Amino acid sequence: MSLIMTLIEKLAFYLQYPFVRYALVVGLLIAVVSSLLGVTLVLRHFSYIGDGLSHVAFGAMSVAIVLKLSHRMFLILPVTVLCAVILLKSGQGRKVKGDAAVAMMSVGALAFGYLTVNVAGASANVSGDVCSTLFGSTSILTLTAAEVTLCAVLSAAALVLFLLLYNRLFALTFDENFARVCGINTELYNLILAIIIAVIIVLAMNLVGALLVSALIIFPTMAAMRLFESFRAVTVASAVISVICALVGILVSVLAGTPVGSTIVIADALAFGLSMPAARLRGGMS
Amino acid sequence: MEQLRCSNLSVGYGEHAIASGLNFSMHAGDYLCIVGENGAGKSTLMRTLLGLQKPVSGQMAFSPQIQKNEIGYLPQKMHAQRDFPASAGEIVLSGLQGKTGRRPFYRRSEKAEARRIMHRLSIGDLADKSFRKLSGGQQQKVLLARALCASGKILFMDEPVTGLDPEAAREMYAMIGELHRDGMTIVMISHDILSAVKYADHILHIGDAGFFGRKEEYLCSETGKRFLNQREVSCDEPDHDAD
Repeated sequence: MSLIMTLIEKLAFYLQYPFVRYALVVGLLIAVVSSLLGVTLVLRHFSYIGDGLSHVAFGAMSVAIVLKLSHRMFLILPVTVLCAVILLKSGQGRKVKGDAAVAMMSVGALAFGYLTVNVAGASANVSGDVCSTLFGSTSILTLTAAEVTLCAVLSAAALVLFLLLYNRLFALTFDENFARVCGINTELYNLILAIIIAVIIVLAMNLVGALLVSALIIFPTMAAMRLFESFRAVTVASAVISVICALVGILVSVLAGTPVGSTIVIADALAFGLSMPAARLRGGMS
Repeated sequence: MEQLRCSNLSVGYGEHAIASGLNFSMHAGDYLCIVGENGAGKSTLMRTLLGLQKPVSGQMAFSPQIQKNEIGYLPQKMHAQRDFPASAGEIVLSGLQGKTGRRPFYRRSEKAEARRIMHRLSIGDLADKSFRKLSGGQQQKVLLARALCASGKILFMDEPVTGLDPEAAREMYAMIGELHRDGMTIVMISHDILSAVKYADHILHIGDAGFFGRKEEYLCSETGKRFLNQREVSCDEPDHDAD
């Protein structure tokens, strides 16, 4: 009992600080949008795109660090959006090529990013910089009010777009050919999708770091897919699971002093692990 | 009323034609079966007619009265979607996507329309069921209901009964026959030549010795006889049990 009281007191103490509150708000927003999009990406077998794009974002981030840009987002966002559009375009109808394209872009950007930071030697602490970009070790707790605002606006926009496009996305995800026959402009919606994906990945990189971004996209969806049967239920469950995991992850990391990104991802992995016996239990009952 | 005309049409991928020199037309209320050997280009032709790929050469034109959202499509058995988490109702409703225009959500009347179509195909009770847990026949009916939501005039079907057990296949043919009687134009690819000549009124045979015309002519043609040889359909007494 006293342990719980101590924890709550400790939490209340930390929540007084704006940077912890910022981290919570941003973390939960990113968790919602990334998991919503995850459903579409996983079901279209595009899971790897998140991973590839996050490496591209890392490359762009490295350049931004070297150039000592004050607003890194202005470089990272357009570069990542551009790559997302190229990847989704090349993936259409040519799965194998698209696969290889993602892999090449991904490792190329990773190598380029590391090389840039290392050679340019922008800061004394190269490995620290690289590490925090890749694993998001502290960046979430060093957010400024401006960054939080930008993140909130972008997440809200992505969320609204997702809700408005929900029925279209379902039709496109379930059967793209059928959607085209019906007269839906599938290329336009794929383009919009690519842009949203890129924005969300750049946002999520702030939370968990470049290497762990795809965890936010894949784990909640996979867990929800084991538990629910309809698209709507899977979408909602995926968002709920993702928010809970992000909340638990951030709080644990604040209290236990663990790195934020990896703590959230471990929480997501645990949720996926729990979904397996839970699904069996559900199946046994019905 | 003529709904579709193809003249000297070649279909295939890129520059490479799989089937060429296709001449045929379709009129409102036709029941056209596309037959031919495996790899003759039946599915490629259908994908071309649906605008999913470009023709290699030749002309193909729908009548101006046919809008894009008046065409329904029942694709060949899908593999990727086998584990897709979706309820039957969600899938049927998605057939109305082409009719919502810029509206993001469905109207109540559209949801009612989807339910009506499901009841008509006697799958009303499946609306909340998981698509991946349905039997092959039920899945096919759900996809047919989705195609009906999308179509007003023409229904394209790529092997609608392949993989179904005989009872489910018979039921499927009965439903398609009923839609046809209500005035829907049916275009169907079929492996099952006996059912094709039983139910269709026009046959398009793709292959070395192509054929297009009424079923009765097909049964008496060289192509038809060769394709049907050793099967119990005679040229003299075409089977009229279809209705």
